[in-house]
Amino acid sequence: MTVRHSRAELAAPVLLEGMTAPGSATEAAEYSAVPETPRHSAPIGARDVLGWTRKNLFSSVGNSILTVLVLALLWLIVPPFFRWAVSDATISGVSKAACGGEGACWTFIRIRLPLFFYGHYPPAERWRVNLAFVLLALFAWPVMREHVRRRGLWVVLLLTLFPLLAGVLLAGGVFGLPAVDSNLWGGLMLNVVISFVTVAGSFPLGVLLAIGRRSVLPVVRLLSVGFIELWRGVPLLTVLFMSAVMLPLFLPDGVSIDRLVRAMVVLVLFNAAYMAEVVRGGLQGVAVEQEEAACSLGLRWWQMQAFVVLPQALRYVVPAIVNTVVDLFKDTTLVTIVGLFDLLGAVNQALKDPAWLGFAKEGYVFSAAVFFVCCFAMSAYGRSFECRLNRHR
Amino acid sequence: MVRRPSARARAGQWLLLAAVLGVAVFLGGNAAANLARRHMTFGFGFLFYPSNFDIPFHLIPWSTADTYGHALLVSTLNTLLVSAMGIVASTLLGLLVGLMRLSTNWLVRNVALAYVELVRNTPQLVQIIFWYVAVLQTLPSPRQSFRLPAGMLLNIRGLYVPDAVFGPHGPTLAWIALALLIATPFAWRLRLGARRIGPYALTLLPVAAAVLVAGVDRLEWPVLRGFNIAGGTAVPPELVALWAGLSIYASGFIAEIVRAAILAVHKGQREAALSLGLKPGRVMVLIVLPQALRIMVPPLTSQYLNLIKSSSLGAAIAYPELFEIFAGTVLNQSGKEIETIVIVMGFFLVINLITSALMNLYNRRIALIGT
Repeated sequence: MTVRHSRAELAAPVLLEGMTAPGSATEAAEYSAVPETPRHSAPIGARDVLGWTRKNLFSSVGNSILTVLVLALLWLIVPPFFRWAVSDATISGVSKAACGGEGACWTFIRIRLPLFFYGHYPPAERWRVNLAFVLLALFAWPVMREHVRRRGLWVVLLLTLFPLLAGVLLAGGVFGLPAVDSNLWGGLMLNVVISFVTVAGSFPLGVLLAIGRRSVLPVVRLLSVGFIELWRGVPLLTVLFMSAVMLPLFLPDGVSIDRLVRAMVVLVLFNAAYMAEVVRGGLQGVAVEQEEAACSLGLRWWQMQAFVVLPQALRYVVPAIVNTVVDLFKDTTLVTIVGLFDLLGAVNQALKDPAWLGFAKEGYVFSAAVFFVCCFAMSAYGRSFECRLNRHR
Repeated sequence: MVRRPSARARAGQWLLLAAVLGVAVFLGGNAAANLARRHMTFGFGFLFYPSNFDIPFHLIPWSTADTYGHALLVSTLNTLLVSAMGIVASTLLGLLVGLMRLSTNWLVRNVALAYVELVRNTPQLVQIIFWYVAVLQTLPSPRQSFRLPAGMLLNIRGLYVPDAVFGPHGPTLAWIALALLIATPFAWRLRLGARRIGPYALTLLPVAAAVLVAGVDRLEWPVLRGFNIAGGTAVPPELVALWAGLSIYASGFIAEIVRAAILAVHKGQREAALSLGLKPGRVMVLIVLPQALRIMVPPLTSQYLNLIKSSSLGAAIAYPELFEIFAGTVLNQSGKEIETIVIVMGFFLVINLITSALMNLYNRRIALIGT
């Protein structure tokens, strides 16, 4: 799908979306007018294995020493890890007795897999979690694709209709679905739920704060700056702790809010400050002429923001927003410390089981691997989007 | 500014302020009512009460009879210690990995890439707990300690480093060494006749080190005696694990900052230096890095601030830092929920503001004038 447009064709959709400064269309045309340099075949040495090795690994004495040093380091790390994780490891069996050797005991992980993914969600109801994940994929797919009509509509659906459906599915209590208390939610599912709610809440709030910080109204600007800098100056852990012990004190007598919801509220506020700074970067990248043009067309202030400034600003910062999402997804592990039962919490609990003592390495390597896969996939998407942006520029 | 805000907008902002104040008053009223119902008062007087708990690791003297206020000082110092150690280690490691990312050597480049991806895509808390539980707690007992270079011992109780015992003139000489250290940056700016002293001021540093060494009477090596280690200074495993977790995680981000900054230096600079006949290593140190530093400082500052804030994760492995002691032990003992959280947040805010101010000062010193 990458070779669908020639370079000259690309200029047209770019201009329609209004994301490049005027003048770049002619630039693109100029670029395509430059005749391509004739291709030379690679020098003989670079084509075979030996040549590649000499060029990339042993080009000088210093490089050769470096190569040998790094190889020695890898030799110290990789084979022992491979022996531990793969060749000497055990994955079959049902009890600790199955794991006798020196290697890793993946049996421990295999048996606890449902706990790590669903927490204590009732086994008979787990299809609801799976369905919610499928829905998430269905709603997120059109938002993430490269060419899609009405992306804005899909974003709105992802942030409104999907949470509604998923909330009904997960919590239950209506349409004949048995209610599942949020105390039973846990494992990776909880990380995903918290992350989604945090993104869905903090993104709109962050956009508002970013616009507020650049406002010419002094009160709005000062309030936004104060909010952003206050949240960014304190550790997330203190903020979560505040939600756990301090927030109940600030509620009217007799009102109590679920622990999970409290954590989500402060996570939204905390991450909104970070989102705001990211979006502010994008707003600064929009040329002031764009605003002037919108103004001269007679657009009102909010129309100018919604139809001219924000669409351009947000496109610039999608990679940075993805980075923020990756960070906040990793940070959801901190809810373990305030007693919520996320993936790390589930691993910690499983490690305390007297029947399975002494598998800390397996547990933490497993949770690190799960997070790595999720985060790596997200940052890879962010990078590909960045390439797309640069290609259009 | 494209246009003046309308009168309605200007009036609206005061409405917003009123709404914010209204919410604040509402929440404050709730808190006051709740505290009154529990017969509790708001105040920081408890800082003068004796604390009656132990802080296992302290830089300044500590006893259980000391006050909560003193505990605040002890735990803040612990936070500052691990943050400073983390900032130094993560910068060095990040610089190394960042340079490796740009190597012409395929293997070096890709090993660095794998390191960065691995470190940046796993949660910091998992890393810290991994170092503590899965690595340090599986170390052998003191009897089978690992012997490290320079007489250091590593076992399940922590890292034991040789202790320097000062002779009779030790303290005086140590103060002189400290004075020399502080004098170095000032000497850098002085002039000797027509010439600036500049980098020659760095010769003061070995002098300071020599003065310090002169004051040391003898070294006390950590040795195994019975079932325990005698002599030397013990670095608790919690500190080692937190230090490793903080610096390795931050180094992944710093490596990318270093790489981006070096790539951002115009390649004409490098080519000009090479054409003047400088060797590649000298080009990097004399031409590229000083210019890259200018680009690096602002993002580096935010990484340092992140690292300081993340030091609160020490609470997960019971390293006695500010958060662990105050939001943990003191909160449980005194029941002062609002006050302890406010203290912890306030202290982190102040530490961050000071760090940020120092880095901005440095940034202004090295920034190009007129840009």
